Amino acid sequence: MNGSSLPRALLGLLRRDLLIAYRHRGEVLNPLLFFVIVISLFPLGISPEGRVLATLAPGVIWIAALLSVLLSLDSVFRSDFEDGSLEQLLLSPQPLTLLLLAKMLAHWLITGLPLVLAAPLLGVILHLPAAAMPVLVASLVLGTPVLSLIGAIGMALTVGLRRGGVLLSLLVLPLYVPVLIFGATAVEAAAAGLSVSGHLALLGSLLLFAVTLAPLATAAALRISIG
Amino acid sequence: MSLGEFLHMGGYAFYVWSAYGLALVVLALNLTQPWRRRRVLLREIAAWLREERENP
Amino acid sequence: MWRWFHKLGSPKYFYTLAGRLIPWLGGATSLFFLAGLYLGLVVAPPDYQQGDSYRIMFIHVPSAWMSMLVYTLMAFWGLVVLVWRVKIAEVLASASAPIGASFTFLALATGSLWGKPMWGAWWVWDARLTSELILLFLYLGFMALEAAIEDRRTAARATSVLALVGLVNIPIIHYSVYWWNTLHQGATVTKLDQPSIHLSMLIPLLVMALAFQLYYLTVLLMRSRTELLARERRASWVIEMVQER
Repeated sequence: MNGSSLPRALLGLLRRDLLIAYRHRGEVLNPLLFFVIVISLFPLGISPEGRVLATLAPGVIWIAALLSVLLSLDSVFRSDFEDGSLEQLLLSPQPLTLLLLAKMLAHWLITGLPLVLAAPLLGVILHLPAAAMPVLVASLVLGTPVLSLIGAIGMALTVGLRRGGVLLSLLVLPLYVPVLIFGATAVEAAAAGLSVSGHLALLGSLLLFAVTLAPLATAAALRISIG
Repeated sequence: MSLGEFLHMGGYAFYVWSAYGLALVVLALNLTQPWRRRRVLLREIAAWLREERENP
Repeated sequence: MWRWFHKLGSPKYFYTLAGRLIPWLGGATSLFFLAGLYLGLVVAPPDYQQGDSYRIMFIHVPSAWMSMLVYTLMAFWGLVVLVWRVKIAEVLASASAPIGASFTFLALATGSLWGKPMWGAWWVWDARLTSELILLFLYLGFMALEAAIEDRRTAARATSVLALVGLVNIPIIHYSVYWWNTLHQGATVTKLDQPSIHLSMLIPLLVMALAFQLYYLTVLLMRSRTELLARERRASWVIEMVQER
């Protein structure tokens, strides 16, 4: 096996997932639309008053992001499971954890990145102070990959199950709590003009932690669910 | 301390006794459920054995 | 010693050993509960600030401690399942989940009952109760995943991964929730953490904690025996045993 085949395999996997997403780009927009719609529900359900919305904005945007990622997780593995490419992945000579990292990167590019790009606009309609916008984006950039990574574990555990969707939420949402807390409070601190370096450092640590450990758990879970 | 005072729990009777009562219920359920299930299982296995013997 | 561990892995041996231990453990549990209840409800004096309502602590705190301990054990057995594939470990983890969930529920309910006279509300989002709530979700997730998978061995391995992932996350969740709570401190100051506890209250607390641990062991063995019986119902040792009855 020649030495350059690992990077090639990873890039190949990344390209493939992105290509598939591009071909189904209508579907790919769904989580983003969900994100926008859910956020729009809050003024309708609570109050359109600027001050109220501004207080709620960090949490609302973060919760909506969290739910959108959760919704999109199905796309990560289910179609691959159904057409057998997931099994192929397990049989590959390349290390499964790295292959999964490539898959997670693809998932984030398809799902998380659009949310990050859309967030400032949604911050505006929720009357989030302009001072908090950069931190909003930064917190989501650091946090949404963690959501993808943790979500992949849940997805790997439930991929073979018939009605795994709701179960997936039950398994994954408690694990999302730290990301939600650190992310939302970072934005709140920025909106209040306080220092956010600590918050972002915490988010960064979570990201590092997730990148190193989540693929291991996902690989183990996949082998159990499929192997 | 009289029995009355004991039960009264300084005015907090409802809270204290609800808490202890709830504990009793939860802990008792955890004890009886496996006990009953085991008896049911043993009966089922015995019944299955009898059937196996009668219809080889 | 090592051979005894190996022997313990045999379902038949475990079943009979557990059967012999249960009465003793049950007896010890009852003793400690009676002692704890007497010390906590009768001997310990009323609290200067909280009067007699603090006595709920003797249920609430041990339940909370056990809820954490049981999850840790579940994760430990999960590790044993994944690495050594020991059947007994599968059974112990599976049996522990409902017990741990019960403890968590009890901690939450008694926390609420304790909080109402103190803070005037049936529920407050204080750090400890919020963490316990998330722990309850982790337990329920474990039980739901186990129920959703048909094959018992696959279910055991999947829930083992989940338990380990959960265990690793618990310190992070705790830290984030406590941090979140201090940020929004204005709401309530938690009275569930006594700054320094008087000996007359500490002793009943420790006795009750021990009672809860013994209780857990008793119920664990009872549930494990039953679970083992269900899983091994066609095994020769089970058939022999039923025939002898």
